[in-house]
Amino acid sequence: MVESRLSWKRLRDNKVFWPVAVLALLLLFNAIFTPGFFRLEIKEGHLFGTLVDILNRGSIPALLAIGMTLVIATGGIDLSVGAVIAISACTATVLINPNLATGLPTAAEMVQDITYTPMWLLILVALVISALCGAWNGLLVSRGNIQPMVATLVLMVAGRGIAQLIVNGQIITVYYTPYYYIGNGFLLGVPFTLFIVLAVFLLAWLITRKTAIGLFLESVGINSRASFYSGIGERNIKLLAYTFCGFCAGIAGLIYSSNVRSADANNAGLMTELDAILAVVLGGTLMTGGRFSLLASIVGAWVIQTTTTTMYALGVPAMAAQALKGLVVLIVVLLYSQQARDGIGRLIEGAGALLAKKGVQS
Amino acid sequence: MSDDYIVEMKGIDKAFPGVQALSNVDFFLKRGEIHAIVGENGAGKSTLIKVLTGVEKQDAGTVMIEGKEILVKSPQHAQELGISTVYQEINLCPNLTVAENILIGREPRRLGSVNWKAMNARAKEFLRQRLDIDIDVTQTLGSYPVAIQQMAAIARALEISSARILILDEPTSSLDAHETEKLFQVMRRLKSEGVAIVFITHFIDQVYEVSDRITVLRNGELVGTYETEHVPILELVAKMIGRSLTELDEMSRIRLESSKHIKSEALLQAKGLGLTGSIEPLDLELHAGEVLGLAGLLGSGRTEVAHLLFGIEKPDSGTMTLDEKVIKKFSPLASIERGVALCPEDRKEAGVLDGLTVRENIILALQAGRGWFKYLSRQRQYEIADRYIKLLNIVTPSADQPAGNLSGGNQQKLIFARWLATNPQVLIMDEPTRGIDVGAKAEVQKLVLELAEEGKACVFISSELEEVLRCSHRIVVLRDREKVTELSGEVDEGTIMHAIGGG
Repeated sequence: MVESRLSWKRLRDNKVFWPVAVLALLLLFNAIFTPGFFRLEIKEGHLFGTLVDILNRGSIPALLAIGMTLVIATGGIDLSVGAVIAISACTATVLINPNLATGLPTAAEMVQDITYTPMWLLILVALVISALCGAWNGLLVSRGNIQPMVATLVLMVAGRGIAQLIVNGQIITVYYTPYYYIGNGFLLGVPFTLFIVLAVFLLAWLITRKTAIGLFLESVGINSRASFYSGIGERNIKLLAYTFCGFCAGIAGLIYSSNVRSADANNAGLMTELDAILAVVLGGTLMTGGRFSLLASIVGAWVIQTTTTTMYALGVPAMAAQALKGLVVLIVVLLYSQQARDGIGRLIEGAGALLAKKGVQS
Repeated sequence: MSDDYIVEMKGIDKAFPGVQALSNVDFFLKRGEIHAIVGENGAGKSTLIKVLTGVEKQDAGTVMIEGKEILVKSPQHAQELGISTVYQEINLCPNLTVAENILIGREPRRLGSVNWKAMNARAKEFLRQRLDIDIDVTQTLGSYPVAIQQMAAIARALEISSARILILDEPTSSLDAHETEKLFQVMRRLKSEGVAIVFITHFIDQVYEVSDRITVLRNGELVGTYETEHVPILELVAKMIGRSLTELDEMSRIRLESSKHIKSEALLQAKGLGLTGSIEPLDLELHAGEVLGLAGLLGSGRTEVAHLLFGIEKPDSGTMTLDEKVIKKFSPLASIERGVALCPEDRKEAGVLDGLTVRENIILALQAGRGWFKYLSRQRQYEIADRYIKLLNIVTPSADQPAGNLSGGNQQKLIFARWLATNPQVLIMDEPTRGIDVGAKAEVQKLVLELAEEGKACVFISSELEEVLRCSHRIVVLRDREKVTELSGEVDEGTIMHAIGGG
């Protein structure tokens, strides 16, 4: 008896438990109410189905959530990741064919399946610029002592302007087919994006859990001053977190532009920062910083994506879908609150006592 | 019978993960008395108060207030019942003004908006009348010294007009003698007005000075409640710690013994070291194997000296040498690298990371010195943590316990462990015994001397003169952010008092 209670407590204290429980509930709901939700088909050696779709579309919020987790662990926030997606997408696509942004290309030039920059180079440039965007945020926060929300708001607003400048105000369409692979390709039968998420997750996990960086991130988030007194370079830790967050947003930008085969400075990654923050919150990391779990954040991102996809599958109108999504989030966040949990516990206890009383009476 | 008692707590049980904080504790509080609760760290004093004030819910037992059984649901509920509390650590907002802190939630209003003028006037008047202090209440609280902040906290608790029960949790730990006396005057006045006062403190002499009755707790259990005049001081201390205080005699022996091993050449040398607006330039010499005491009043510059030596702040004049090497880089990290450690004064704000585990807290500074990539393996971390938990006798169910669950004295030992793990040659301790109990205090003092005996150079800062005298081989006296004098050999309390007071 004691044994089982102990293990339940350990389960309950595990950060991954709650998001996984919520995800399981959502899947259960779909199993009952959404016909064909779990159907998987193999077409041309590739796996297709709603679940695969969720994982594929969920890759962008998942990647953002990984970077955002580190930032939030330090007690900060990054509102600019949506804008960095646009910068990354515009940088990569404009390098494929700069004529689309500057010159007046002929119809033939516009649609040719070539690239002016080698694929590896344009990916590298886009990612370096994204990481620099993150580093800029990190400098403002750590060296400028500007509050994270204000500091990243600057790039959130300015970033789309920068993206506009990169593409000269044009919407760039991509005709270079190898580029499509990033966001649409399949490897070993499953979407290539899954491998990207896995790789970035592993990278982040190695950085935070196999070095002291994870401990320092949490330490800075719990108490920046006490960390400084303990000899931790809390400014460099913050700089690192924001830089990595920008890097993750850069990868998300590549996936996005590859997925829709174009880059639109005004709409690429719009509002994705909110999903990323939400995913981290669902993953149980406190907004005030401290303890974090990368895996829980990723599961949080999948919860959000599953909710969205479920709405579409059930044919909920797009406008109402947002409200329903809010409701799901509200319920989950309430489940996380100790007070609400105690309240629910008391309700159950009360009901139990009432039933027992009735049992005695009869 | 029960008419006499305003509070009756019976058979209170409370457990925290891994710790039975209270078991079957009774506590009775009379109207118009000052009732001291004493006991070592982790004895359950704070937990008992938290149950009474609705911060924690007891697992078993009843609380009766004015003869009615009541479940105190929350601190707000406690306030409505007339119970006001001033906690051990100051729980006010340093970035709000003094007036706002005192009257927050009860601001005088006019047409729905806050009447600032009336509010400031009321706060100022209140402080002058009840506590006899006259300050500008429109300044932010954080701009005042800790002593004034504590007074504001007490004022806030008193201001709740219906307060019939006032709980003071370590209210004097950061007050000087004069301020303490002033507080006692206020306490006596409130007592004569019929207010029941619960007074938690580690200062035994203060218990005798002001209290009518004493309740002693030990390891979460009630030892007994006594009339203050009927229990001699030695008997009380024995009841608190459950063993004799011969250790104190042993300490003076160790101090004498260890003074023979002090190296003659200076390990750390400061010449004209100072920072404008913080501390006037001063000379300081520190030898391996000695304890250098820093004495002085609150705000005399003791902490500022510690900050310069450890590199929290950079000096703008003078030089510092360690092992005859001139120090150029001033930062905590650079200090760790050269073997200098600081246990900071403010345990809550600058010391313990309450969300991290005991293990992580212990290895933190060591890891910071090793950098990002030379990460200590799990196994190594446990080894280090377990070694210091045992060495310093840190009471915790396991190394994986969140540090926030530890009692004050154990948190202080945790900070010691963090710095000892870096194997420093210079160890600066700023108020290491503040807010911890008699038993733990003696342990810490003994530890300081033992560290010196091992060959470490120690700087010991404390507001308690007797303690500085007992532990230090040499004492530097500071006054008004300036070094006044340096005393060594057998120093008596009178000489040092003169130096501190400038008489």
